[in-house]
Amino acid sequence: MTILAKFTQLRESYQKMAAIGRDPFSVRFDGILSPTEGMLNGRRTILLGTNNYLGLTFDQSCIDKGVEALVEQGTGTTGSRIANGSYGGHGDLERDLADFYGRQHCMVFTTGYQANLGIISTLVGKDDILVIDGDSHASIYDAAKMTAGQVVRFRHNDPDDLYKRLRRLSDHPGNKLVVVEGIYSMLGDTAPLREFAQVKRETGAFLLVDEAHSMGVLGQTGRGLAQEVGVEADVDFIVGTFSKSLGAVGGFCVSDLPDFDILRVACRPYMFTASLPPSVIATSIQALKRMREEPGLRLRLNANSHRLYEGLRNLGFQVGPEANPIVAVALPTKELAITFWNALLEAGLYLNLALPPATPNSLALLRSSVSAAHTPQQIDTAIQLFAQVGRELGVLPDPAIVQAAE
Amino acid sequence: MTAELDEIVDEIISALGPTVQTPVTITTDTNITRDLGLDSLAVMDFVMVLEDKFDVSIPLERIAEVETIGDLARTIQDLRGRA
Repeated sequence: MTILAKFTQLRESYQKMAAIGRDPFSVRFDGILSPTEGMLNGRRTILLGTNNYLGLTFDQSCIDKGVEALVEQGTGTTGSRIANGSYGGHGDLERDLADFYGRQHCMVFTTGYQANLGIISTLVGKDDILVIDGDSHASIYDAAKMTAGQVVRFRHNDPDDLYKRLRRLSDHPGNKLVVVEGIYSMLGDTAPLREFAQVKRETGAFLLVDEAHSMGVLGQTGRGLAQEVGVEADVDFIVGTFSKSLGAVGGFCVSDLPDFDILRVACRPYMFTASLPPSVIATSIQALKRMREEPGLRLRLNANSHRLYEGLRNLGFQVGPEANPIVAVALPTKELAITFWNALLEAGLYLNLALPPATPNSLALLRSSVSAAHTPQQIDTAIQLFAQVGRELGVLPDPAIVQAAE
Repeated sequence: MTAELDEIVDEIISALGPTVQTPVTITTDTNITRDLGLDSLAVMDFVMVLEDKFDVSIPLERIAEVETIGDLARTIQDLRGRA
């Protein structure tokens, strides 16, 4: 028996999915033309599944800063910050992010995944309790596996359920860390953060909000859901990423807790991985600047989100509970979702196929993410393609039949 | 087996009703993932139901050690004893 034998079942279901058409987990673009268009199998394809919320990946000022850093500082740091030292840019980006969030401290990580993994697993010690939303992102679940403390789940977006579970733990002497997300990445639903903040205040827990999908999207100045609903003072830790609104890669955590910086020598996913290359740091600094200077990007994104969400909903698709840049269409079966996804790709529209167990309530989802860089025409084309494929596959009623019945 | 443990097993089996689709007779020796076909997510969701039923906190790392219904009942008994 080989060491990979345990994956036999996984391999079978993977092959079954890939047999329906293209392999959704191995899409390879021939080229990327802009934040919203790529070349796929020789045809121009609309990119509607890249989390490129502000469309800054091709921003000229970001590219210029990146090139400059690349030329002046080289391709990489070739090691971790505790061993190889930090470059000026790492500190500059931390300072800029702390300033943007109005917080004392910031730590930059090499990916958003590592930011969650590192911060959560390090904060929760063996005598503490981590309390997570049932629909948490994989990075939060992996942090839960890594922590030495106890882990308790509460029902998704349910403040009463959280309260009940914290109350049960009230005799436990350890610190409790509650972890929620600003916008959930599969359905685009926001957390009831005002209510969660109240539970946090009543129970004395600490609160961490992952604003990966809400930074640059929600809030008066783009700080995320905590800003949007006015509870930033209750949020002890904000985690975010550079790989969505900022168009690069990397993660961060900001906080006002005194002594936060001790985590730099305690948090293993920070300490034992290579730091971000200077070019990525430089483009992230510039993208943050662009985001702050140009609130119009957020307004355009918002308008596009509504256009797609309402367009798909009005066609009769089952969409998520609210209009956000993540617009997910739920389909009745996994097979139908895979077929639908393939048909859209053939027609020149790329988005994400999301299947259980990565999805809440075992839903089969076609997950779109809207960008400020999408033109209204691109959004309308996407809606038309959804309508066309939806009718072909019988997900939507045939308009001729509907008319005849009326 | 103590009467209390029997009672916990009965409660677990009745709570499993809506979760388990395969028609099997559930006993203390039933393996939760193998015999009932529950994936890890379904197990975690079921644990939430049990937490409410027994008004006890069942940390996820305790579930990692659980294989059978009997293991689960003993874990709950142990956690209750501590409360």
